[in-house]
Amino acid sequence: MEQKKYTAADFKSDQEVKWCPGCGDHAILNSVLRAMAQVAEEKQIDHEKFTVVSGIGCSSRFPYYVRTYGFHSIHGRAGAISTGIKTANPKLSVWMASGDGDSLAIGGNHFIHAVRRNVDLNVVLFNNEIYGLTKGQYSPTTKLGKITKTSPFGTIEQPFKPGELVIGARGTFFARSVDAEIPLTQKCLVAAANHKGMAVTEVLQNCVIFNDKTHAPYAGDKATRAEHTITLEHGQKMLFGANKDKGLIFNGIELEVVKVGEGGVSVDEVLTHDAHAQNPVIHFLLAGMKYPDYPVALGVIRDVEAPNYDSEVERQIEEVKATSKITCVDDLLRSGSTWEVK
Amino acid sequence: MNQNVKELSDVVIRFSGDSGDGMQLTGTLFSDASALAGNGISTFPDYPSEIRAPQGTVAGVSGFQVHFGNRKMITPGDYCDALVAMNPAALKANVKWLKPDSTIILDADAFTEKNIEKAGFKTDNPIEELKLSDYNIVMPDITGMTRQTLEGFEMDAKSVAKCKNMFALGICFYLYNRPLEYTFEYLTSKFAKKNPKIAEANIAVVKGGYNYAANNHLFANTFDVKSSTQEPGIYRNINGNQATAWGFIAASEKSGRPLFCGSYPITPATVILEELAKRKDLGVKTVQAEDEIAGICTAIGAAFAGSFAVTTTSGPGLSLKSEALGLAVMTELPLVVVDVQRGGPSTGLPTKTEQSDLAQALYGRNGECPVVVLASSSPSDCFDYAFQAGKIAMEHMTPVILLSDGFIANGSQPWRIPSMKDYPTITPPIVTEIAEGEQFRPYVRNEQFARGWAMPGTKGLEHRIGGLEKDGRTGSVSHDPDNHAEMTRLRAAKVAKVADSIPAQEVLGEREGDLLVIGWGGTRGHLQSAVEELQAEGKKVSLCHFNYINPLPKGVEEILGGFKKIVVCELNCGQFADYLRQNFQQYTFEQYNKVMGLPFTIRELKEKFVSLLK
Repeated sequence: MEQKKYTAADFKSDQEVKWCPGCGDHAILNSVLRAMAQVAEEKQIDHEKFTVVSGIGCSSRFPYYVRTYGFHSIHGRAGAISTGIKTANPKLSVWMASGDGDSLAIGGNHFIHAVRRNVDLNVVLFNNEIYGLTKGQYSPTTKLGKITKTSPFGTIEQPFKPGELVIGARGTFFARSVDAEIPLTQKCLVAAANHKGMAVTEVLQNCVIFNDKTHAPYAGDKATRAEHTITLEHGQKMLFGANKDKGLIFNGIELEVVKVGEGGVSVDEVLTHDAHAQNPVIHFLLAGMKYPDYPVALGVIRDVEAPNYDSEVERQIEEVKATSKITCVDDLLRSGSTWEVK
Repeated sequence: MNQNVKELSDVVIRFSGDSGDGMQLTGTLFSDASALAGNGISTFPDYPSEIRAPQGTVAGVSGFQVHFGNRKMITPGDYCDALVAMNPAALKANVKWLKPDSTIILDADAFTEKNIEKAGFKTDNPIEELKLSDYNIVMPDITGMTRQTLEGFEMDAKSVAKCKNMFALGICFYLYNRPLEYTFEYLTSKFAKKNPKIAEANIAVVKGGYNYAANNHLFANTFDVKSSTQEPGIYRNINGNQATAWGFIAASEKSGRPLFCGSYPITPATVILEELAKRKDLGVKTVQAEDEIAGICTAIGAAFAGSFAVTTTSGPGLSLKSEALGLAVMTELPLVVVDVQRGGPSTGLPTKTEQSDLAQALYGRNGECPVVVLASSSPSDCFDYAFQAGKIAMEHMTPVILLSDGFIANGSQPWRIPSMKDYPTITPPIVTEIAEGEQFRPYVRNEQFARGWAMPGTKGLEHRIGGLEKDGRTGSVSHDPDNHAEMTRLRAAKVAKVADSIPAQEVLGEREGDLLVIGWGGTRGHLQSAVEELQAEGKKVSLCHFNYINPLPKGVEEILGGFKKIVVCELNCGQFADYLRQNFQQYTFEQYNKVMGLPFTIRELKEKFVSLLK
């Protein structure tokens, strides 16, 4: 059979995109459309097999902009709605677009439980560390001390690190990218789509209006990113810096940034990234690395195999069907204790 | 068999004891034996919300009432002819349910000084203190005789004590001349795999109780209740929650849409989820969600994906589901929400019955947000109304709230098993294709105002739905004022249109008279009994009982016009009465209300009706 080709344009809907000029969401939309085209081509599946679900917030306008089935739901509930869609029809490729407020505040419960169940969803978590659509209140990922409309004297709440939350909830896939890094985001999302189970890709996103440059100190431009982020690749040494002269080692308690090569440690001592390791300890530490003490980890941090919920549901149904004597409602109604009146 | 056998038309027995005494099993075995012997039966369990409340206290008393008779039984009975009380607390808790000539069976061994004190008696003689001296009391050493019966069984003391309920059951079997075989068969098969010796022990104790009662002439006479004349067919016992679960599976089969239930455990609705979880053999998918909101949201997702989706809950859970229910209204997806009502507000009385969620079901959402509301009215008709709820939801593309309550959900009755070929096919407006070059428009409607159901995965029908108002023609987001007004009107018209496809309102009795009794949902058995008794006395009373609440069936106004007085009876403070006043402003609606966590009694209803007839 002839292989069908797909491009991002095939997945673009006819709806006018209404995000603010300069918003990071535009780049994320581009990355997602490219990733979908790549997945469609690799797996030879058509538009109609994709479903995009969102909650409420700027990012949750997403389904309108993708040419496939879409569900723009209510605040925080995208995780639960996606779980229902995927469980009802495991053949669909279910993608969820959600923000830090949507998934980590009002929808926090659904988020961690979808992770725990390992439903085969592909979650794009837009993290701009602010409530954009309600015009600038702090979110569960806003940096401590940040002045916002609802924290005029600075926040006094510790923020979540989404990766720590995902791994803490026994997540099987976590990746991180930056909105402007379209190829990296695309790569993470394709890996996420190929992962059987709940895949969370956090995208560090800039809100140009209410939280401009929140990620700039480590992810602002290419030069900054080279020095203050580390792009992890499975099987590769954890090296970073423009000249790859910095690395990460594990000292038995925590990760440590070291100088590599002349005057520093040997490259052999630098950790090699194993995204497939079941043990989550190093992944957890990597996901939690915070600027300025550490580089911010990008790329696929964790990608491990485990039974996923929707497949397990199907497996149980097949197993029970194979042995049960009840094959229709008439059988069911007559099962157990009955008596006849003549 | 005892020579002095008196024949009775119907009997009510209440089994009561500590919540660990096995009274639910005892009651179930008695009612099964009666049902199998051909009696009409109706049962109701009455248990505390604590799993094991402090032993020996009134709070820890668990009860099971069975009403059996020579005709179809439609209520578990108000007051009991026989009370089995396994300890002083059980006697104290149930004394209010005794008829003046009741037989009381007590375990003498349990009436120790300590137990009497624990039950809160002021004196050391509970019988005198409760003024029961004139009742027919039998008080054998049940625990002691159980122990004697099981000598040689090599069982530990705890296992022996667990069998004492079977001794009481044996006494009741003798008193009411019940056949023993069914119970023996049940016990044998129940313990066949786990421990056949336990079955033998239980059977020995049942026989022990039976023989003890026979040999010691415990009762001046015994009783018999003849079998009822029932329509031929295969019968089974069924409770309301099980019937609800099975009704959904039937609707799934008849529609060809796979059944999905997203739900969170909550008393008294949990059994529906449990029953559905068992049915993987019929392809039923259940998600035990992380909370009530996820319960309904997973169901909404499944409905979008093409399943017949349901979510089950009780009042507090319905509150939590409100916002998502609005989403289902806005996206016009088929969905059934079951609310098995309990005493409220808040946590209220989790194990007790009430009908106080009606207003919440009708109105409890933001915006103009109409849904179809139905109510089941007996344990077995839960099957039919669950089926109807599914049929309406799928054919009209609307959420439906199905109201049940703790009374009918836990109560059980014999049910003549229907055949699925007698149920109608369900035909949802599924869209599978579109003409080349055309775009699917999700809010194009059929003659019933139902939109098309296009499922993800179908080629060419890609579309977006959501909570934002949509343009009725294109399906795009719209803030246009005229469009919003029109979509609001259409959503309401779609629900109102359901009145065309449901049966016209029925009346039990004449369509003209002095008093029209109105009820809805789970009070049907009590209202019908009270009305029929008054009709037999020649009173011009009729019953108009509602299962379809929104929209109301056709013909209601004509019925209301035929009576001098109308009384609306419900287990709340008048929510349905208010709804009727809003719909039929020309009539005066009297009310009879009860909010005690208990069903009506036929006695109190008759008193009220007689006073209104004066």
